Amino acid sequence: MHPAFSVIFLTTLIGAGQGLYLAMVTGQLYAIPNFVEAQVDRFYAFGSLVALLFLIAGLVASFFHLGRPERAWRAAAKWRTSWLSREVIILPIVMALVFAYGFAHWMEWTGTIFEVGALRVDVTLILGIIGTLASLALFVCTAMIYADVKFLQEWHTPLTVFNFIFFGAASGFMLAAAYSAYIGNPLVTFYGTWAVILTLVALGSRLAHLRRNARIKRKSTVQTAIGIRHNTLVQRTQGATGGSFNTREFFHGRSQRFVANVRYLFLLLVFPLPVLLIGASYVTESPNLPILAFLVQFLGLMAERWSFFAEAQHPQNIYYQSVA
Amino acid sequence: MTQLALVIDLNVCVGCHACVTSCKEWNTSGWAGPLVDQNPYGASPTGTFFNRVQTFEVGTYPNTETVHFPKSCLHCEEPPCVPVCPTGASYKRPDNGVVLVDYDKCIGCKYCSWACPYGAREVDEEQKVMKKCTLCIDRITDAKLPERDRKPSCVLACPTSARLFGDVHDADSEVSVAIRERGGYQLMPEWGTKPANHYLPRQKTRMHIDPDELTRVDNPLRKEDLTTYTGEETLDDVAW
Repeated sequence: MHPAFSVIFLTTLIGAGQGLYLAMVTGQLYAIPNFVEAQVDRFYAFGSLVALLFLIAGLVASFFHLGRPERAWRAAAKWRTSWLSREVIILPIVMALVFAYGFAHWMEWTGTIFEVGALRVDVTLILGIIGTLASLALFVCTAMIYADVKFLQEWHTPLTVFNFIFFGAASGFMLAAAYSAYIGNPLVTFYGTWAVILTLVALGSRLAHLRRNARIKRKSTVQTAIGIRHNTLVQRTQGATGGSFNTREFFHGRSQRFVANVRYLFLLLVFPLPVLLIGASYVTESPNLPILAFLVQFLGLMAERWSFFAEAQHPQNIYYQSVA
Repeated sequence: MTQLALVIDLNVCVGCHACVTSCKEWNTSGWAGPLVDQNPYGASPTGTFFNRVQTFEVGTYPNTETVHFPKSCLHCEEPPCVPVCPTGASYKRPDNGVVLVDYDKCIGCKYCSWACPYGAREVDEEQKVMKKCTLCIDRITDAKLPERDRKPSCVLACPTSARLFGDVHDADSEVSVAIRERGGYQLMPEWGTKPANHYLPRQKTRMHIDPDELTRVDNPLRKEDLTTYTGEETLDDVAW
């Protein structure tokens, strides 16, 4: 598949935004039993604002993928059958909940509404829980857009969904660590630790995905594509000399070597480097290294998403192998 | 229920591209606006087509065979491109089974093209919407046209009658009979898309001649033939 930068930006940006939001809610939850220090409301409010900015940036990027962005509102119509439609509906819901969560913290609506045992429930907690569920649902919708296309065998696996969730969460917690480091908040260790854990989980999930994809047995062959039983069957011409939509949309147009290099690059940038940087920041107590760790990982995730597209081989490519 | 479809006879397709140009001409001149080309007179022309003729080579030289293979939307009975469309622009007509795109609803997200294993959909780079073969829906449903013209443009253009058009759900239609009696098959059956279009396989035309047909073994003259021959034609040289 041709990796479109609009989609690369969309999926990585909203992933980091959702992850940062999850990190804010996690921080608040951990503060309830005093596992970590409770923060002032502004900490969560600004964190949510940053998450919202990432989500907005992702949404803006997504419009560049559309031929007719002015009709984008129509995309909410077929939510019963289309994962893309479901994503289009749930993304604004998540954005609204992130905004509401941040706004509730900003307004310090922390008065107890009701109590469950020792747990004092306030507006921010309720919004945080609902927002978390919506955010996870958005991860699933985004990933299922790819995982649900059975023709792209590289994508048609639950590992695609796991990857999207873990990559988004890892980069979001990394962003939370960077945010805490930037404002000199002690939570940087807490977020950094979670970021490393999630990065390692994502590494396991992505390696399993790579391993699976290296062994894919192709369902379609040139024989089934044109229905002729012969072992030696080659295309001589695809019917057009100057290429077509089919040659532009479904081929990455790079050498196998380039694709392999991007794979090594993301494996380096997403996993070991940020983990080392977080570790180094823990030792040196540097406020800059977590920010660098996030930037490095985010760059790596863009390479990962490029690779994710490039490695997917569409069966229609069988019909577009040769120009006379 | 009606399911209109094409049946393409690979045995007689000569790869002349008449269906391609005829399709392009009809569909670029219609009510839906042009099928736009880019760089049409340059070194690398490209554009939107509903139908393409591809050529495959079977076997190794000198034992090869050239197969010309026209490819267009197969109007699947289980079209995977339809449910993925977020706007409902992509739909299958309930009355005749033709898979269509509503160009006024399409947002150009290209998701349907990912969900088609045949590469039958092509984006119009000018109108920025997805386009595909309509089986000339504006022509086959036009009651003002005489009955014989109510066929897709490609079918009418084909000089060798390699393209048949009709209802594959009607067991007695020309297309159903052709599929049944001449081994019509579907493309990529492994995906369960149930393409409505079928292809008729290549068939070798073989002529079997018995020695009897060349030499009359019971020729009574041969038994007691006393004639001296000097290479001229005899009754034995005549095929009966």
